[in-house]
Amino acid sequence: MGMSQKITSYPGHEITPEDVKKGKYLDVVYKFEPKYSWAAGVAISRFLAELKEGRIIARKCMRCERILVPPRMYCEQCFRPTDEWVRVKDTGTVNTYSISHVGTDARRLKTPILVAVVDLDGATPGMGILHILGEVEPLRIKVGMKVKAVWKSSSERQGAITDIRYFTPIGDE
Amino acid sequence: MPLRVGIVGVGYSGFDSMTPSLSTRELMFEAASRAYEDAGIDPRKDVQSFICCTEDFWEGISITDEYMPDQLGAVLKPLCTISSDGIVGLATACMHIMSGIADVAVVESHSKISDVRNPDEISSFALDPIYDHHVNADPRFVAGLEMARYLKETGTKRDYCAQVAVKNKKNALLNPRGVHGANLDKRAVLSSKVAASPLTELESSKTIDGSIVFVLASAQKAKKLGNHTVWINGIGWSSDTPWIEDRDMAKAEYVEQSAARAYKMAGIRNPTTYFDLAEVDDTYSYKELQSLEALKLAGKGKAGKMVESGTFDRDGRLPVNASGGSLGVGHLLEATGLHRVLEAVLQLRGQAGRLQIPRVKKAVVQSWRGIPTATGAAAVLGN
Repeated sequence: MGMSQKITSYPGHEITPEDVKKGKYLDVVYKFEPKYSWAAGVAISRFLAELKEGRIIARKCMRCERILVPPRMYCEQCFRPTDEWVRVKDTGTVNTYSISHVGTDARRLKTPILVAVVDLDGATPGMGILHILGEVEPLRIKVGMKVKAVWKSSSERQGAITDIRYFTPIGDE
Repeated sequence: MPLRVGIVGVGYSGFDSMTPSLSTRELMFEAASRAYEDAGIDPRKDVQSFICCTEDFWEGISITDEYMPDQLGAVLKPLCTISSDGIVGLATACMHIMSGIADVAVVESHSKISDVRNPDEISSFALDPIYDHHVNADPRFVAGLEMARYLKETGTKRDYCAQVAVKNKKNALLNPRGVHGANLDKRAVLSSKVAASPLTELESSKTIDGSIVFVLASAQKAKKLGNHTVWINGIGWSSDTPWIEDRDMAKAEYVEQSAARAYKMAGIRNPTTYFDLAEVDDTYSYKELQSLEALKLAGKGKAGKMVESGTFDRDGRLPVNASGGSLGVGHLLEATGLHRVLEAVLQLRGQAGRLQIPRVKKAVVQSWRGIPTATGAAAVLGN
């Protein structure tokens, strides 16, 4: 038997709109504000520094010969340190995409966000970057579409993934 | 079926106030690489269970379990995260091994406290939001409450708590991991700033960064791995009620319970004289005394006097926190229990360097999850 089943009446009364207006109820408000300064680490620090210069850098594992983006100092398949830095291109292919119509506050977005995974040219197939697409009609996006990064100007870039504004279709699309 | 699980590999990284050059994941990779090398295993082939002890708010990332596999070699392998102290993770690994789910299991825990800019905010947020949150003070007031009650009920002299800090900080000077080692006297400890009375700053451990990894194996598998197997012969863990106001503040009942289970498992009838070494909770000075009594390594109210008379010194009858403990080395959040295991394992292997205590064969380790918890764990180790 549930602990509330024997109870026929509760003390007090349900909170009414009037109570809410007059503040006649217990209201615990606590603003939890944890603050972090994450150490980006060796691999991601270099990756971000390269983005500031308008370049994308990867790491290569000599054992499995994969070129890993985003770069990491260890190969998760071989479990060994990766071996060298390799530049990859800022062009690539749409691996998959989704047109997001709902914002983080659960409201419908007036302008949908075009989320895509872009396999970068020069990296191992299937290695790429999670970003957004721009300057493209949502209905024209296709898996397999060739795209290129549109960068912020060098004075605007600050060593962040958003130094790339978005990827946009190139070539025959 | 008696518990028989071997620790066949150990690795660690960090043990510094800050580790700004490495990400949490890179720090873990270093520790894991060393542990696997030590055990002579390939994590991609030889491990059937990976266990991580982490807590989302310390990481600053929710569902943080999902970020653990790569740097442990655990991609597409069985992995789970436990939001508790590392010794609880060891217990889980023991269960996986004893049940036959795994021959070899890996346990990791870490602290990257230097990434957290306001750790007190996180400890405060662990207090009950409706009943306890109105106390807008450094959460160490909970330790102050416990300490005051412990001193009153046991009649322990205030000075004896300070002696714990003196002993452990001095021991840490011999430890390459001892970030907070110092040669102080009781007067310095007692006259350091009061954090939450009666507790002073020098009686409060300070957090550091670090990652610790253990490789565990079944008895059969352990024979083939590593050269220095240390056996887990008993393990236990326990949680008291979260109501701070309703716990017995003078004693750590959760430690009594944890130890009773671990001792029973290991067939220990008289713990007081059984062990050669103890690494126990000393997050705050009085905690070591309270823990020693809960572990039955000292009679009720007797631990203080024994610390004062040198029983628990490095060259005493039972060295306690010969490593320097958390007061001398530093506190590693959920990895604190694994730190105590690490120090005990190095001693049992005879690999403790300048810290080495002669003829260590049997050790007890014990941890507490810190404020405001009443969760502890204990393990009995032997070589």
